[in-house]
Amino acid sequence: MWRRHSPTTEPFWMQALLMTAGFGFMAVLVLLPMAVVFAEAFKAGWVSYRNALEDPSALSAIRLTLLVAVIAVPLNVVFGLAASWAIAKFDFIGKRLLIAFIDLPFSVSPVISGLIYVLLFGANSVLGGWLADHDMQIIFAVPGLVIATMFVTFPFVARELIPLMEEQGTEEEEAAIMLGANGWRTFFSVTLPNIKWGLLYGVLLCNARAMGEFGAVSVVSGHIKGLTNTIPLHVEILYNEYNFVAAFAVASILTGLALVTLLLKSLIEFRFAGEIRAQKG
Amino acid sequence: MAIEVKNIRKAFGDFAALDDVSLKVDDGELVALLGPSGSGKTTLLRIIAGLEYADSGRVLIDGSEASRMHARERNVGFVFQHYALFKHMTVFDNVAFGLRVRPQAVRPLPGEISDRVMALLKLVHLDKFYDRYPSQLSGGQRQRVALARSLAVEPKLLLLDEPFGALDAKVRKELRRWLRRLHDDIHITSIFVTHDQEEAMEVSDRVVVMNHGKIEQVGTPEQVYHSPGNGFVYDFLGNYNEFVGWKDENGDVHLAEDDLWEARQQTPSAPVLTSRTHWLSRYPELTNALRKVIPGLPLPMQTPSSRAFAKMTRSQMRALLAERGIPVRVFARPHEMFVTKMPDDAHEYIPVDVIHINPAGSLAKIEMQRKNGIILQAEVPKTIIDSLAIKKGDHLFVRPKNVRVFE
Repeated sequence: MWRRHSPTTEPFWMQALLMTAGFGFMAVLVLLPMAVVFAEAFKAGWVSYRNALEDPSALSAIRLTLLVAVIAVPLNVVFGLAASWAIAKFDFIGKRLLIAFIDLPFSVSPVISGLIYVLLFGANSVLGGWLADHDMQIIFAVPGLVIATMFVTFPFVARELIPLMEEQGTEEEEAAIMLGANGWRTFFSVTLPNIKWGLLYGVLLCNARAMGEFGAVSVVSGHIKGLTNTIPLHVEILYNEYNFVAAFAVASILTGLALVTLLLKSLIEFRFAGEIRAQKG
Repeated sequence: MAIEVKNIRKAFGDFAALDDVSLKVDDGELVALLGPSGSGKTTLLRIIAGLEYADSGRVLIDGSEASRMHARERNVGFVFQHYALFKHMTVFDNVAFGLRVRPQAVRPLPGEISDRVMALLKLVHLDKFYDRYPSQLSGGQRQRVALARSLAVEPKLLLLDEPFGALDAKVRKELRRWLRRLHDDIHITSIFVTHDQEEAMEVSDRVVVMNHGKIEQVGTPEQVYHSPGNGFVYDFLGNYNEFVGWKDENGDVHLAEDDLWEARQQTPSAPVLTSRTHWLSRYPELTNALRKVIPGLPLPMQTPSSRAFAKMTRSQMRALLAERGIPVRVFARPHEMFVTKMPDDAHEYIPVDVIHINPAGSLAKIEMQRKNGIILQAEVPKTIIDSLAIKKGDHLFVRPKNVRVFE
């Protein structure tokens, strides 16, 4: 884009350099690997791609991943809404602590968090022993996967909503109450519409991460084929078995999911640009 | 609907927002809560609305206890400073909201809601904008929508929290007059919060002046402006010049300023002042003014004799002051200042330099600096400026024609 040089912008060569650097990094770190995923997946042709996906253990991995996401994402939406509502609209003791804890999953290695759940619920722990006595298995089973996934993904919704709700304050809710609306009506007619775009972004990001999570899930899963393998874990196993085509074929599903998420986000921003701006103004 | 609050206290942490506040608002009145920020006026409004609960004290609506009643049951309209319109709803939906959330048994039919909303929008001159979103309206229009919305539920009481605070000066004046007219038409009991004394004076039937969580004075605009109950009210309701002085045992007030003395020392050429023999002075007008306020004030008092004062140090003066009576702050409004280039013998004057003249309006505003650096303001008719040919840098002599004293 040619622009007339103004005193406050950098000279053209500088702009070009910055843009090249930006796009260059993007190409090397994101686009190239993504292309490789699809190239490798279809290397042996469409049929072996389909076979890899129709393999029972692949199908069960996809089912499990969807199941985990279907449980973890809604729970995190509820948690995120509750936490950001509390943080943005009330003052209470321990508020700072809650904010710090919400950031914890970002700063703790997912492997460590997985390990903590193993120590907490594993067969050798007190809690694990009690659970085993009552015939409940958490580690190396679906509940463990859900808990680990929830831990890793719970900041996404809350982080998206807290600044938004803080900015909006409580005046509109107060106005609704003064007009006679009860709590539920106020929430659904006033609060929720005001945060719906932020909430949607949060859900998209949360969902993408929930389906793609590897570290924490890897520790608590136990890698039981057809039972506790999610898509990322299944990819790893296939890869370690030198089954590259199948590994990349399954990986392409995750990549496709990421692309769909991105597309949805852009679509929302494009389609509702006016409305989103209006809400900020 | 009459409103009464009794002995309201409210603290936020260590900060006492309201400290034993009692107030009665009669049916159909339009009352302004006026005060600087942090004076507790908004907190009081929110307690009346039910958006905040008082720590102690009672709120009575039409004589019946409402202290613990929920905001949504009080049937009160509330207008927020920043409009608080529902951003994702059209103007129509905003105004209709209060009717649509009613329980089915008392909810009007959609057609009735529509009629009432459009009637209200007509009232606020926004019927053509019914399908707009708030972001497509100007500040003044948004606030009118907010007002229509609060009136839609037919409240018995209308509360407005700095309703014009976020608007520019011209729109603010327009809306002010419009609110006054609206109130004259529909006679709904209304309380509005403002920090703008002009706004309070212009719109309200009665003004409640608040400061530091307490009510300083309640009265008509006339009363609070012309008979301010204390120094704060006087201070808050307009510009003023301040002097120090003392009140003697007879209740007479004397100015005690050292300018005149300094003037004699430093500007021997000042014709009249050099001939004066004392620096403490009194004003006959002052005593007359006081006599109006305090009946039975004895007159006149002794003029302090001259020479002794001339040699006194400031601390000696203060000691003398204390001995003579109660030290007081003495105030005069800019329009109560008399300015001249030729001081007469009968009065004491303070010598000043003109540092700025603002000739806009029928009264010209003059800013003057005293020898001790203190700035005085005077408002004088333009004709005087012209006839005396006053301009920036001139030496003038001023005296208050009328003063007020608060201990």
